[in-house]
Amino acid sequence: MTALDSTVRAPRSLASRVAGRAAGGALRVFLVLIALFWLVPTFGLLVSSLRDPADIAASGWWKVFTAPGQLTVRSYQSLLEKDAITHALLNTVWITVPATLLVVLFGAMAGYAFAWMDFRGRDGWFLLVVALLVVPVQVALIPLSDLFGKIGIFGDVIGVVLFHVGFGLPFAIFLLRNFFAEIPRELLEAARLDGAGEARLFLTVVLPLGAPALASLGIFQFLWVWNDMLVALVFSDSGSQPLTVALQQQVRQFGSNIEVLAPGAFLSMVVPLVVFFAFQRQFVSGVMAGAVK
Amino acid sequence: MASVAHTEGAGAAPAPAPHRRARVTGTRRRWAVVFLLPALVLLGALVVYPIGYSLWRSLYDADGSGFVGLGNYADVFSDRATLTAVRNTAIWVAVAPALVTALGLVFAVLTERVRWGTAFKLVVFMPMAISMLAAGIIFRLVYEQDPAQGVANAVARSVHDTFVSSSVYPNARPNAAVSDLRASGGGSFTTKGTVRAGTPALLPLVGIAPGRLPGAPEEARAASGPGVTGTVWLDFVPGGGGTKGRIDPGERALKGVTVEAVRDGRAVASARTAADGTFTLPASADGARLRLPGADFAAPYGGIDWLGPALVTPAIIGSYVWMWAGFAMVLIAAGLAGVDRNLLEAARVDGANEWQVFRRVTVPLLAPVLTVVLVTLMINVMKVFDLVYIIAPQPSQDDANVLALQLFLSSFGGGGNYGVGSAIGVVLLVLVAPVMYVNIRRLRRERRP
Repeated sequence: MTALDSTVRAPRSLASRVAGRAAGGALRVFLVLIALFWLVPTFGLLVSSLRDPADIAASGWWKVFTAPGQLTVRSYQSLLEKDAITHALLNTVWITVPATLLVVLFGAMAGYAFAWMDFRGRDGWFLLVVALLVVPVQVALIPLSDLFGKIGIFGDVIGVVLFHVGFGLPFAIFLLRNFFAEIPRELLEAARLDGAGEARLFLTVVLPLGAPALASLGIFQFLWVWNDMLVALVFSDSGSQPLTVALQQQVRQFGSNIEVLAPGAFLSMVVPLVVFFAFQRQFVSGVMAGAVK
Repeated sequence: MASVAHTEGAGAAPAPAPHRRARVTGTRRRWAVVFLLPALVLLGALVVYPIGYSLWRSLYDADGSGFVGLGNYADVFSDRATLTAVRNTAIWVAVAPALVTALGLVFAVLTERVRWGTAFKLVVFMPMAISMLAAGIIFRLVYEQDPAQGVANAVARSVHDTFVSSSVYPNARPNAAVSDLRASGGGSFTTKGTVRAGTPALLPLVGIAPGRLPGAPEEARAASGPGVTGTVWLDFVPGGGGTKGRIDPGERALKGVTVEAVRDGRAVASARTAADGTFTLPASADGARLRLPGADFAAPYGGIDWLGPALVTPAIIGSYVWMWAGFAMVLIAAGLAGVDRNLLEAARVDGANEWQVFRRVTVPLLAPVLTVVLVTLMINVMKVFDLVYIIAPQPSQDDANVLALQLFLSSFGGGGNYGVGSAIGVVLLVLVAPVMYVNIRRLRRERRP
């Protein structure tokens, strides 16, 4: 699918071009205003994260336009000195990386099986996977609390990872099966004639050819888990909680602790934003394909 | 190794369409099991089993010891807190997806006409990358009540103050011991005596710390001249000293105070104090009483109570629109790129104006994309949790409640009632079931042409 750059300019007749010139100016102003409107909330938090608590209490963040000297990174420094925050940031990584890798791996294996292997009940199983695409995560909170409690992984990073893997798989299988099914048959047959077994075929032909879809899926799943709060809120404890949960506990005192919340929120946003700007195309196609979740 | 059962002429074979049983490989079943097992076991244990467990668990009471039949479902639809959640979820589903889709459509169509459309899309799409938690914190700050903190109320106040003149000195009041200004209703103060031309009136006020006066106030000066004049000032010398009721050196002028001349209860003239605190009324004010209207002392405009009980849900929906408009815009723009331009041009040649082209040609052509976007957003909105949990302050949480939040609150947030929680989970599942069904039917149709 086309990503952000789908600008197509309609050819215009001479008469409409004259009238269009005037309307075009108004349109540009309108769009600039909208863009500003969209930027201001984030910009406000960014500026707030770069001011001293005393300045924040005294005036609104827009004050920096007249007093740019207020900008400081002190809030970030003191935030990163808090063990609870750095620990939570590490937890976010410990949760996100395995949850992403496992979903991509198991999703690719199952996707390949559904696309190219012959076994009884294939269509039925795949329909089940498709049905599970839209199951809300909320349905599983209570059952898995009980289950994880029984097997002793409630409050552990493993539980959070497992939950994300389970709910990441339907989309992963769906996306990758559809992508793998487009691999030209001759390529697979040629590799097979060369004596490649299923495992080698999968590793040396299917995975490299599926790289674009794997990247889209990986990015989508990574951001999904990185940004999650609800699952971690239920399944992690104070030792295993990710950054989102650690920050959420601060929201109750909103207003008195912007010097923690604002840089904290930006700390949690840095990685998604870098991913967003670096992998725009994969990100957009991943989000577009995966928004059904 | 496995033999190739049938080759269909290399190169001529069409890309294996998903609807055909792609039976190339003649794989051994063992391999299929190896490849599928991890995913299917995890799906079974982490998604399918919980659905069954929820159905069963929803029929039992809070701690799971007593069978209550459909009692939990009855609770969901009769308990006051959950009913609010049901109502709010309905509002969300009815309003948010339509709003987001409409905005996305407008943005997608308009950005096609400017050269920096891609940059615009980048800006509007960016919120999709960040967490709902971060978006929640961002909007907590936007909606902050104090207009000196929250940008929404800062804008609201400046709009308000454009139309209603704002008070300059809230909390100021006359010193009753030395001045004849008396409260006269509505926060205003009126002199007991009348003012005479050529005899400057003295209107001393107290109640503000000199350091809190806005700007750099001048020293107060006694008025002079033949007209109806006077001085309004802060009757307080920093560091002590001075005589109450008299303009002493070092006492600050109060500028911008409205002074009205009142005769028989009606204002006949009014003036504002200058930088030195003096004012001059027209000669017609001779013999009238002086009144400082309530507007001089009213508390400043406090802004809109965005996160109060009445507006909290619309406010949070606003933040959701901010997050998701980019998603709708990009999807619709992709659909728009596939629209045949000749159809639009033909309509223009037929004399249709831009609005008619949009309304009668573009929108109908985009109908399938719009439906997909709308349905996707509806599923998404039913599960909205983080934004409500983060943005709604504790006192408004009940008013902002939605089903997904209520499930969390009744089961984990101190409620501890897994029975009702499971019932809400099942309700959410039932709500998305139609989409599940449509997905399956569409897939089956694609596979059996």
